[in-house]
Amino acid sequence: MSVIRFHSREVISHVARVLLPAKTHQEKRRRELDNTLPRLEKSARATTLFGLLVIFLAALAFPARAQESPYIVTYDHYLEEPGSLEVEYFSTFGTQRGGNDFHACWMEFEYGVTAWYTTELYLDGQTTFGDSTIFSGFRWENRFRLLQREHFINPVLYIEYEQISGADKIMKEVEGHDVESDYAVPNALARQEHNHEVEFKLLLSKTFRGWNVALNPLAAKNLTGGNSWEFGYAVGASRPLALKASVQRCSFCPENFIAGIEMYGGLGNRYNFGLPDTSHYLAPVVAWNLPSGWTLRVSPGFGLNANSHRFLLRWGVSREFSGFGSTIGRLLRGH
Amino acid sequence: MPRTENLLLLALLLAPGVATAQTAQPLPTQKNNSVYGELTKVPPKAAARPNPLATDPEAVATGAKLFDLHCAECHGSTAEGGKKAPSLLAPAVQQATPGTIFWLLTNGVVRRGMPVWSKLPEPQRWQLVSYIKSLTPLSKPAEGPGTPAENSSSTSPPGRQP
Repeated sequence: MSVIRFHSREVISHVARVLLPAKTHQEKRRRELDNTLPRLEKSARATTLFGLLVIFLAALAFPARAQESPYIVTYDHYLEEPGSLEVEYFSTFGTQRGGNDFHACWMEFEYGVTAWYTTELYLDGQTTFGDSTIFSGFRWENRFRLLQREHFINPVLYIEYEQISGADKIMKEVEGHDVESDYAVPNALARQEHNHEVEFKLLLSKTFRGWNVALNPLAAKNLTGGNSWEFGYAVGASRPLALKASVQRCSFCPENFIAGIEMYGGLGNRYNFGLPDTSHYLAPVVAWNLPSGWTLRVSPGFGLNANSHRFLLRWGVSREFSGFGSTIGRLLRGH
Repeated sequence: MPRTENLLLLALLLAPGVATAQTAQPLPTQKNNSVYGELTKVPPKAAARPNPLATDPEAVATGAKLFDLHCAECHGSTAEGGKKAPSLLAPAVQQATPGTIFWLLTNGVVRRGMPVWSKLPEPQRWQLVSYIKSLTPLSKPAEGPGTPAENSSSTSPPGRQP
């Protein structure tokens, strides 16, 4: 029945296009869009609020621990604790020359399967001001710890599959020849591009005397349309403001704050490797790990060359649910 | 790229997850019993390291706070052990040197599900060691994960000292 309705709507729309004068049809389309956009924006806002509400309610039911790194793009070598679920909401506001500024957001569900394997699901969306709010795709990420013990450098293998549209703007990584002008394309046009991409990263990280230093080279290939391998990098360093913990449980103790800096950018592709026509960013990062298990992160990012967005403001809130796996297991077993 | 190659690639991506799901079953009880054997694998130089916070009067209390935050979920609120992790009141743990416990905290026992805790700064790991060494040991050897130590008889109440 719904298929028939869909077809009849298509037919009516086609007849309208043929019979009505072009200008009238465009006006009608614009009116339809004017009515639709606020609804979409409302629905996206409602989804975000619902997501945050779910995190908050679940937070009341599960114990928590938090010692999260401040990085937003870079990864260190620490995986999620086995059986724990971390739910995260992140936001990126970006300025756009030659187009409208945007606000991209994503929800992240990170689960520790074992002490050496963590899996994550991302749901991406964005609002381009004066344009529209859209869901822009999903990513499935897996991280494998390669060595059992701590070494001078600790490698973790990262494998990701993503199915995103050309309108995706979360900028979770910058690769190949990604430049600011790519993001100026209107959503209606950009979302027609569908990308199936695999991405491999080698996460190299070391913690010494409280300092964490991490380097993530990446290689990605878009499986649609015969694209070549693209390359990129992210590098970061961070340190807690205090290394010794305080006796009291406190929110504002210096050991709860971790500050650092990260830098990320593209390195061209297989045929044109290097810095020309690439974009790069430098971003101070701060994380605030609350004793209640919540973590807040803020990171203002600055474009380092003419191909980069001038300014990116990222922030995120996350909550870890310890023992999530065993609770779900008990529910499924019925006791 | 042809559709078949995409499917093959997807299968390659899924394979590790499926393999892990199959291997992530609980370890047999026979292996769980030797969980304290990890203490003997610590390099001698690391085991000989003294606790630099041994004389810090606040180290035990701070370690207790850190234990609640990071360890109690698996090891139990009084370190008595649980389904996921062994008791820390067992003589094997209580007789281990501070350096041994510190090394195990830092490196974890990844294949048995104990994560590496080097993300906690070194002084915080030593504070945890101070707390663990302050616990009242069990008089009888405790079993591995799956048999909480509170089930075994002991002459003194295990766990935190008043």
